Amino acid sequence: MIFINSGSRRFGKRFVSGALGTAGAASEAPGSRKGIAWLGEGSQLFILSVLGIGAFVLLMALLSWASELSGVGGAGEAVDPTTGTITLALTTEPPQLDSTRATDMVSGQILGHVMEGLVRYDEFNRIVPGVAERWEIGESQAIFHLREDSRWSDGSPVTAHDFVFAWRTAVAPATASEYAFILYPIKNARAVNEGELPVTAFGAKAVDDHTLAVELERPIGYFDKLVAFPTYYPIKQDFYEGRDGRYGADAIDLLYNGPFIIERWVHGAQLRMLRNDAYWDRDRIHLNAIDYAYITSDVNATLNLYKDGKVAIAGLDAETLHDALEQRWKLERFNDGSVFFIEFNHRPSRLTHNRNLRKAIQFVVDPAELVYKVIKLPGNTPGESLFPVWLKGVNGYFRQEYPAPEHRVDLARAHDYLERAKQELGIDPLPPLIFLSGDNPAANKQSEYFQEVFASRLGIEVKIDRQIFKQRLAKMTAGEFDMVLAGWGPDYADPLTFGDLFASWNKNNRGAYVSAELDAWVAVAQSSLVPEERMQAFDEIQKIIYDDAVILPNYERGSVFVRNPQLKGVVRRAVGTDPDYTGAYIVDG
Amino acid sequence: MIRYTIKRLIQGVITVWFIATATFMAMHSVPGDPLMNDKAISEEIRKNLEAQYGLDKPIIEQYGIYLWNMVRGDFGISFAQENRRVNDIIREHFPISAILGILAIAFAGLGGILFGALTARYRNQMPDIVIMFLVILGISVPSFVFAALGQLALVKLNAFFGISILPVAGWGTLSHMIAPSLVLGLGTMAFLTRLMRSSMLEIVSSDYVRTARSKGLPPTRIFLRHELRNAILPVVTVLGPSIAAITTGGFVVELVFAIPGLGRYFVQAVQQLDYTVIMGTTVFYGAFLVFMVIVVDLLYGLIDPRVRLE
Repeated sequence: MIFINSGSRRFGKRFVSGALGTAGAASEAPGSRKGIAWLGEGSQLFILSVLGIGAFVLLMALLSWASELSGVGGAGEAVDPTTGTITLALTTEPPQLDSTRATDMVSGQILGHVMEGLVRYDEFNRIVPGVAERWEIGESQAIFHLREDSRWSDGSPVTAHDFVFAWRTAVAPATASEYAFILYPIKNARAVNEGELPVTAFGAKAVDDHTLAVELERPIGYFDKLVAFPTYYPIKQDFYEGRDGRYGADAIDLLYNGPFIIERWVHGAQLRMLRNDAYWDRDRIHLNAIDYAYITSDVNATLNLYKDGKVAIAGLDAETLHDALEQRWKLERFNDGSVFFIEFNHRPSRLTHNRNLRKAIQFVVDPAELVYKVIKLPGNTPGESLFPVWLKGVNGYFRQEYPAPEHRVDLARAHDYLERAKQELGIDPLPPLIFLSGDNPAANKQSEYFQEVFASRLGIEVKIDRQIFKQRLAKMTAGEFDMVLAGWGPDYADPLTFGDLFASWNKNNRGAYVSAELDAWVAVAQSSLVPEERMQAFDEIQKIIYDDAVILPNYERGSVFVRNPQLKGVVRRAVGTDPDYTGAYIVDG
Repeated sequence: MIRYTIKRLIQGVITVWFIATATFMAMHSVPGDPLMNDKAISEEIRKNLEAQYGLDKPIIEQYGIYLWNMVRGDFGISFAQENRRVNDIIREHFPISAILGILAIAFAGLGGILFGALTARYRNQMPDIVIMFLVILGISVPSFVFAALGQLALVKLNAFFGISILPVAGWGTLSHMIAPSLVLGLGTMAFLTRLMRSSMLEIVSSDYVRTARSKGLPPTRIFLRHELRNAILPVVTVLGPSIAAITTGGFVVELVFAIPGLGRYFVQAVQQLDYTVIMGTTVFYGAFLVFMVIVVDLLYGLIDPRVRLE
């Protein structure tokens, strides 16, 4: 109601002053009068802006006070020799740190610093004792002897019961752990996980506090490598049950037995780790604190933080690489362990079910061209096999002992195969093939390259189907593609982590490749205890993959990063905790 | 006035319900689901997970449960961050986005009105030309470019002085807020400047301003009472949606400056098909936007007496 009143009042005023209107209008014309008015209003603007800025500063002060209540702490320099602290950035924050349910790389990285399993990888990627002092792995049983000085961060000893509890929790159907399968070599693990047997039937038992007996489902020659995986980390039962379902959700919801503890975890903002004084091998650890003070997936932003001396390590991509080269920084690279490839759809309803068509495509692709002329990121190496170069064989590296089948682009053979394929299929010309790809700049570049290669070298038309991650997975699982850009990363340091991927029973075999011969070799590799026999089996698998053109290897992924020169001893690896700062130390610059 | 407010609020609730329903349907019609991950999982584990999240029920029942929980203010537990409630995610991260948003809008509003008035005063003179050129830049260059450039400028600035003048990224202190809020508010400020300029120009040449001047009112009074108050009206109109847009649209700025705001969760949730977080953040943002528009409409009545709220 007030509005209407004031409105009429104003209107009245305007009417009254309107009587003097002519004089005012005349006064606007001469410059002098106008000038004074401008000046007056100009200084008014000035006063107003000062007031405004004042209010703005006040508002900021108020808000900064409010934001401090939300508890995000400021961060220090990249490396601080006096306090033994390094500051780093994380690409994403761990979804949660319950080792039985963790699936992603970042969780693995953090867990690898705050937890310790029976064994761990050392700086040369060898398996060395962790909580277990020594172990014997037989055909049907593995015995782990636990050290007596391994402690939880509350001071209590780490016992065999803690391992049994964690493993049982992981296979319990109610936990619905996505990585439960990694425990399947343990007797009855699968049956328990599938709800067919009670959890008491699970094959791991604590003989006493420091002896862990594991019954095995089948002979398994790589069990020591398997138990280094985070799902095999221990959990203290009392503590787990006392968290009321929130185990791993926050810093206070975790008990640590590794080299570090989490001091502070502000979701989305910061994760700060301190040296764990209760850790049995604490003399191995040189850093006092690791502060993940920034969480951003923006590579450029991380590099800017690196330039500003705020983070000790920054990963590079194709764009930021150029920048780093200009700065003449020393670049470091490492093989991150994963292999990327074109996966064919082998379902009978698909044209790519036809071997001759796959062979035709195989003979026009050149991984070296893709890596050096299209992706152009140092660190990547052209793909030659499903098995990456870093895998160990009998004595040395697998790929040195069993080289990948030689591959060369051969247009004549390719067209020969294509003609046969067309005859067998009875279709000429072939309809466009569906090429499923991720939707990001890197994937776009690759899929467009392949589209061009297939069109110009084979005359095959390809339709690119770009999908974001989950949608691509859904389409892969449903088989709605002919070819897909896919990749695979290792879980443990044995060729089997790649070798069983295209077994007919493997759910990750999303192209639905079926071969009795390959399955037989996988079975040999799974249960043989003779290294030569196993590696022979992997070589046979390697040959089948090439001969049958199951997949076309594109590249083995490498990562390039810059590191603060004062920070030494950082270990990057394909399998296990990566990056690993447990052996890192700061030198005076 | 009260009747009008109630009417608008009811309309708002319907709008939010519509947003919730549309999002729910769109989300479920997208191929894939939140349980799908890099490594395929067995049927049994999948069933366990589905039961845990209630995805084994028919869609219509899920929708019913969802709506009922939403009415009670419970958005459920995130799929991607298995131990976090969506309510907690919003509660912990929205205030940060809001602080950033308020600062950006204060900066944008203040700058917009100031520069708008300035350009109108010095129409076709040097200040006007320079500012309007910058305004065109501000409107046409997206915030992620400004964010990257701004950050780079900070790196250079700190390197030049050899000490840390302003932090390059991060969150927690006053100094962390300056750069991101400037970057975030820049586009809106440019837009408001243009709006303010044209509305100011119109008013400066209006009868009542001329009258006020002619009867010898002090310039202060003319500027504040007669010009600014009237010219500010269109600015206020767009301020409401701008507040919502800035507060919710800071994703890129949050990413570049490593700020733990809600925007990142919103975008990540869509990528990960994290059903509960998508629903929670969309409905929350939707309700926020609707509420801001209502607030501005009510405010409009306060500023402009000619507007009657009916």
